[in-house]
Amino acid sequence: MQATETHAPAATREMFYNEALGDALRLEMERDERVIVLGEDIAEHGGAFQVTAGLLEKFGPTRIRQTPISELGIVGAAVGAALTGLRPVVELMYIDFAGLAMDQLVNQAAQNRFMFGGQARVPMVMRTQGGAGRGNAAQHSKSLEAWFTHIAGLKVVMPSTPADAKGLLTASIRDDDPVIFLEHKLLYRTKGDVPTAEHLVPLGKADVKRAGKDLTIVTWSRQVLFALDAAKQLASEGVEAEVVDLRSLVPLDKDAVLSSVRKTHRVLIVHEAIKRGGFGGEIAALIAEEAFDDLDAPPKRVAGLDTPIPYAQHLEKSVIPQVDDIVRAAKDLVA
Amino acid sequence: MDKTTALDLYRVMRRIRDFEERSTVLFGEGKVWGTIHSYAGEEAIAAGVCAHLRDDDWITSTHRGHGHCIAKRADLEKMYAELLGRETGYCRGRGGSMHIADTSKGNLGANGIVGGGIPIATGAALTAKQLGTDQVAVSFFGDGAANQGGFHESANLAALWKLPVIYVCEVNQYAESLPVERGFPIKDIEKRAEGYGMPGVRVDGLDVKAVYDAAGELIARARRGDGPSFLVAYAYRHEGHYYGDPRKYQTKDQIEGWKTKFDPLVDARKWIVGEKLATEAELAAIDAQVIEEAKKAVAFAEASPLASPISLPGDVYASH
Repeated sequence: MQATETHAPAATREMFYNEALGDALRLEMERDERVIVLGEDIAEHGGAFQVTAGLLEKFGPTRIRQTPISELGIVGAAVGAALTGLRPVVELMYIDFAGLAMDQLVNQAAQNRFMFGGQARVPMVMRTQGGAGRGNAAQHSKSLEAWFTHIAGLKVVMPSTPADAKGLLTASIRDDDPVIFLEHKLLYRTKGDVPTAEHLVPLGKADVKRAGKDLTIVTWSRQVLFALDAAKQLASEGVEAEVVDLRSLVPLDKDAVLSSVRKTHRVLIVHEAIKRGGFGGEIAALIAEEAFDDLDAPPKRVAGLDTPIPYAQHLEKSVIPQVDDIVRAAKDLVA
Repeated sequence: MDKTTALDLYRVMRRIRDFEERSTVLFGEGKVWGTIHSYAGEEAIAAGVCAHLRDDDWITSTHRGHGHCIAKRADLEKMYAELLGRETGYCRGRGGSMHIADTSKGNLGANGIVGGGIPIATGAALTAKQLGTDQVAVSFFGDGAANQGGFHESANLAALWKLPVIYVCEVNQYAESLPVERGFPIKDIEKRAEGYGMPGVRVDGLDVKAVYDAAGELIARARRGDGPSFLVAYAYRHEGHYYGDPRKYQTKDQIEGWKTKFDPLVDARKWIVGEKLATEAELAAIDAQVIEEAKKAVAFAEASPLASPISLPGDVYASH
């Protein structure tokens, strides 16, 4: 774009996850004036997790549109704006607040195209964050991706690294369907190399974050980091785990999951959300239906306990999967 | 008012009434599936408001949406085809009565969720504001929806941002089966507008000229950039909440007497003839034309192929 910019391949810079998200927003807003951001505390404050920091100064208050605390109204306005030509990105501060906006997501945005016989498109992104680990307790810590994966018409994206965060957000903004973009509150201050120029990671493409031959760990969001730590420990004990980061749950990269399982013959599915009704069950069912004969052991899940997230630090830790839980389950699986 | 405008208003109202009567017959014959909600009795509201709208202005509608759709100049053939589950219908048989939309005319859809269209119209108005056009959005909804949170959140946002949206509350006396006086602790619903810092206007929803005049001012105001407003039109729903509603919440007098007592079409005829804008014979000619076009539209729908099978993921997702 600028004459001074170098075009060396893969020019990268180390960025925090939240910074990488902000970078994607900035580039897309520069590229397309129809992209606007709506949300609470996103202007001077820069967003509860500092994703929109600096954007108000660059784009002004009509495109970085700070709203009152009205989740239903904001999400609904984004649906209407998307139907009529804008490409809004809504920031919902916590996924736990999605219940307040659910009608607009589930009955309106997700279904408009279908209900209207293909007449409509709803190119909007609802960014929000979930997950436990910060002592925010039961109303600010949930992992609710399964709610959204169950709704036909929504896409569900969950990046685990800064580079994926930038690439997937860019792709989500350019997508013509409503995308639920789920960040994790404990990933915002993780760092990684991120391409500085435009960076696109297509939706529906999983990423093998670590190759291995003894078992497959299918996971997403913050648990990818836990799984990689677990894989390191396992390697020191002679077990090579392959870590498949789904990156987007809808659309789902079935081929990546199945081809890894066909190679390792054992699969562990790991997610932070509670096990009952979690998306891990969907992955297990997919493998059972399509790769049963390739398995040397039943699929196994490591997931959150079926409980609201407790407050006290030791209790909070006790209800979501830890690295040791993954290591133990993996050893059982290959035993 | 000039003759052309008056006759246009009458024709739209007549078309709506005919559509509601005819679709009820089709429902009785088992040709329409699911459920339908008649707009009979409220025709003056949709006609009077939409007369001021261009094809690039937006509306959101309700489960009782046939009237808004017709007033926004929908194609009757595609409407009947949708009710009959045909491929030529507005939604290719995927939506039905409660989801008819016509985006080519700015109709962002009927809505099966009470109050569901209100935030969407607000967002459409945001698009106009953001892109600097003079388009406006109108959200039609019933008195029931005025008690939904989405109305309050949207009204606040629209006033805060001075969005070109007109909230049109059609008080048809019942929120499904709940009489309006049992759903509101106040008598004058339009007074709620004051709390959001926008004008609230009460109008006789049976009087098409009154609706036309009131809506004209509010729509012009929005187009000028002066922000949102709240129009509350009082009328009476001639039929039950849905086709087949046993109407246990109404008296015999209401069911049998009120629909002749409160009929906006009768009032419109009286007004037009009284003001010598047209003769009874001219109105009768419009009635005949409306019946003729409706019969043709139904025949088109009946001759159309059934809706094609669901195709995935294309029917659900635009990018895949």
